[in-house]
Parts: sequence; structure tokens; C-alpha cells
Amino acid sequence: MSTNLQVEKKSKTIGIFRKPLTQEKKDRIAGYLYISPFFILFGVFGVFPIFFTAYVSLNKWDILGTKSFIGMKNYALLMGDPVFWKSIGNTFSIWFLSTLPQLFLALVLAFILNQAFIKGKDFFRLSVFIPNITSVVAVAIIFGAIFGENYGILNYLLSFIGIDPVNWTGTLLGTHAAISIMVMWRWMGYNSIIYLAALQSIPKDLYEAATIDGANKIQQFFKITIPMIRPMIIFTVIVSTIGGMQIFSEPLIFSGAGGGSFNQGLTITLYLYEEAFVRNNFGYASAVAWVLFIIIVIFSLVNLFITKRINSTE
Amino acid sequence: MNEVGVKKFSIGRISTYVFLVTITILSLFPFYWMFVIGSNDTSAVNKFPPAFIPGTSFFENAQKVFDNIKFFNAIINSFIVSTCVTISVLFFCSLAGYAFAKIRFKGNKALFIFVIGTMMVPIQLGIIPSYMIISKFGWINDLKAVIVPWAVNAFGVFWMRQYIASAIPDELIDAGKIDGCTNFRIYWNIVLPSVRPAIATLGLITFMQVWNEFLWPLVVLKNEAVHTIQIALRTLNGAYYQDFAMILAGTFMATIPILIVFLVFSKQFIAGLTEGSVKT
Repeated sequence: MSTNLQVEKKSKTIGIFRKPLTQEKKDRIAGYLYISPFFILFGVFGVFPIFFTAYVSLNKWDILGTKSFIGMKNYALLMGDPVFWKSIGNTFSIWFLSTLPQLFLALVLAFILNQAFIKGKDFFRLSVFIPNITSVVAVAIIFGAIFGENYGILNYLLSFIGIDPVNWTGTLLGTHAAISIMVMWRWMGYNSIIYLAALQSIPKDLYEAATIDGANKIQQFFKITIPMIRPMIIFTVIVSTIGGMQIFSEPLIFSGAGGGSFNQGLTITLYLYEEAFVRNNFGYASAVAWVLFIIIVIFSLVNLFITKRINSTE
Repeated sequence: MNEVGVKKFSIGRISTYVFLVTITILSLFPFYWMFVIGSNDTSAVNKFPPAFIPGTSFFENAQKVFDNIKFFNAIINSFIVSTCVTISVLFFCSLAGYAFAKIRFKGNKALFIFVIGTMMVPIQLGIIPSYMIISKFGWINDLKAVIVPWAVNAFGVFWMRQYIASAIPDELIDAGKIDGCTNFRIYWNIVLPSVRPAIATLGLITFMQVWNEFLWPLVVLKNEAVHTIQIALRTLNGAYYQDFAMILAGTFMATIPILIVFLVFSKQFIAGLTEGSVKT
């Protein structure tokens, strides 16, 4: 056995001289080579920028690259900056208003589309998905017109049920509601298609057994559907949270510069963008970015923690 | 499949349909209304009650759009960027996906988990250093600035890896190796032809995502000559605030190309999306 191995080893060493590469080595080289583009690009435009942002945030730094080290001063300024706190409040408010009802409706919609008796499923699936392919810019422009105060169609329709014209753009709640509706409109269908995929993997006999036991559709929804597709729900919550924390285009186009006259639509990313690329305060904007990064990390960890808790109680 | 104890026309079924139809109308109405406004003249838009049916001024409004922004130039820019990114993403992501799925090398599993983990990283937050890098390269106002950083992404690698792992039996790869194929030949002649559906879906997703991208192009493409259609739309919306008819005519024209692409491939697209998420 051992002599055998030695012979093999010997022939391998000799083999190196004769045939330059064994299949194993070729595989290794090919493997690393083929995955390297991703890692190089992620390194240059992913890892490096995030850490370099931390360094920039410790400087007074403008667009031309003139910089001076000022330590934590940007962060100190940030903590005392009412506009920044307002942007945090707005971001959370819009995220909450858009995510919760959206995911719930998406779930209900997916549950319905999964019912055997529904006719024209393909058409409904297609229709609810179409908003997702529209660009955010287009969505914000269209809804800007729909939510117009004087001649917007929504206020016109509301007047039929006796509601006075709502000032959507000029009030805090109106702006948040309008932006949330845009986000919901664009993403609800997408999420329901994702849920639908998960629903289709639930065995049918579970529902049949429940029906025989006398459970109605609503009970089935809460007792079978939701528990069975929980991993997918958690996935969509995490994705919506990361997306929601970085909401930018809708408020920029709907509310304009600064998120409106009293910053009613100013989100964290919009503030970051304007500090960096409108007012050229790269250092200060980097501090904003880094704080937002920490918020997102905390959110993700909380999500993970809750998920673990739920799983371990089973 | 017969369901037990449910009548054909119960209140439950009717209200279910009402819900579905309502959601469908809400999903489609903004598209219709975009055309209604875009085809009326501005005075019709501003009157109360607003116009509800398409008017006859669409071409006039479109002409105004062409006078105000370089519409076709922007469409072409968007097309160039989306096409280049899509081709590059398809090539590099399928190559990496193949490596992760079928090639044995040290750290394969761990590196793949790392790739999945990077999807959670909010890359957008590194926008300031990214801008500095691009500016060092001299790529500000150059379409390369929005093509190169997007040339390969974690989602695509993940997507292709899942598909290749389940669609191609190991025996096929081994047979190729015994016949003396190099890894690249196996990828090109065996793997690529058998994963066409996954390639098509990923290609569509990528194309539409890039077409609709806004923040990064806004930052690095400042010159009107290199504006993508989204940036051009924003210019249109910002500079001529009053003329809603013209703005929505422009928005309508900018939405049509991507809408057509989607409708042509929709079946494949939605099927791919559903399949892909279950395969995970």
C-alpha cells in the first residue's frame, strides 16, 4: 500500500515535468479564474467604497479632493443636525407605510391567484406584475400627476365621496402617503409573484385535509399558508427593508430639491445625495452614508435574530 | 380538482374576483392615464374635472419633447448601456455560476456563501468613493462609468449557479473531460446551450434593471449628450414643470420600449422568476 502510494507520488512529481498540469490543477485554476471577475469588481466598487466612505467621513472633503482631517466632527455635526433627524424620521415613516400593507396585500393576492377556481390566471399575473417594469422616474412623474392638488385625478375622485382636496405634495402625511403608494404600486405584484411561487410548492393535500376538517379559507390562510411560506416572507421583509432604507428617486422627483419646502419628503439617501453631489460636502455626506449603513446592518441583524427566535420556538 | 363544500357562485368567490379586478385596474390605470394626459393639450389637463379619454394632441406633445430634450439620443444611450451590461452579466455570471456548480476547487462552498452574503450589502452607500474612482479613471460623462461597475453581479452568479447545478448532470461534464475538453470548452459547448432558459430570464431581468437605473447615472452622467432616458425624463420633469401634457407624453414614449420587450417575453419572464425562486 505504502509503496504503491510512493510510486504514485513519484509518478506525479515526474508527471509535472512531462504534462504541465493535472486535471485537478486545471480545475482549480479554471475555478478561480472564472469567479474572479465578480470578486475583482465587488472589491473595487463594493468593499473598497464602503470602507473608504468611513475614512472620507473623518475629513472635511470637497469634490476636488481638497481635504483636511477633522476626526469625528462630521458625526458630531450630524447628531445635532435637525434636517438629518428629519430625514431619518421620513425614511422610517415611508418604509413602514409602504412595506407592511404591501406585503400583506401581496400575500392575499398570491393566495387568491393560487386558488384552483380562478379563471384567467395568466392575465391577472401579468397585469399585477407590469408596474414593476416601469422605471421609478416614470412612476414618480405619473403619480405626481395623479396626486396633483388642483387638477389631480385622485382629488377629483375623492370629491365624489365627499372628501375635500388633499394637499398631497405640501403636507408631511400627504407626501409620505403618496410616496408609499408609489412604492406599493411598483412592488406589490412582484412580491405576490414571488409568494405565488412559494405557495405552489405547498402540498395540496394539506388544504384538502383542512377543508375536510371544516377550516374555512381565512383560517387556512393564517394556519397553513403563512407558516408554510415563512422563509419567503422573511426574505421579502429583508429585501424590502434594505430597499426601503435607501429610497431616493421617488422623493427626489415627487418632492423636488431638499424633499420639499419643509423637507417633508427628504429621505436619508436623498440627503446623502444632495450633500455630496449638490453641495459638494463629500466628508459630511460620507458620515450620512456610514450612519445609514449602520442602521441597515442593525436592521438586518434584528431580522436575523427574530427569524432565529421564531425557528427555535418550533 | 374538486374542492369540498364550495359552491360555484358563492359570495366568497364573487368578492375574490372583485378584489382581483380592482387590483388589476389599479395596476393598469396609471398607464392608461399617462396616455390620456400625454395626448391632451395642457389646458385640457388643467381643467376641472380632468380629461378621462385620450385626446388628439399626442404628436404635438411629442414634438415638444423632442425640442426640449435629446430624446432619441437618450434612448440610444440607454440601449447601449443596457445591452453591454446584459451581455457582460450573462457571460461572467454564467461562467462563475458554472465554476461554483461544477468545478471542484478549494473554498468553493465558502466563496459561494460569501457571494450570496454580498447581496445584502447596500452597495449604493459607497457611492462617494465609487464616484472618486470613476473620476480618477476619467470616466465622468462616459458611458463606461455605468457599464463597467455593473458588468457582473451577485444575483446573476447565484441565479446561474442554482440553475446549472440542477439542470446539468455531473456525468455530462465528466464525459466531456474524458473526451479531453478544456473547462472553457465544456462551458461553451455543453453548459451554455443547456441553460438557455435561465440565460433568457437573467438577460431580461438585467436589461430592465439597467434600463430603469437612476441614481448612479444621475451622479456620473452629467453632460446631456450622455444622458440615459431616465435622466432625460428627470430633466424634462424638472425644467418644464408646468407642461404636464408634454412631460407625460415623454414618459409614455420612454416607457413603451421596455413595455414591449416585457410583453413579448412576459411568459418566459414570469415562469423563470417563479421557477428560480423555488429552486433556491
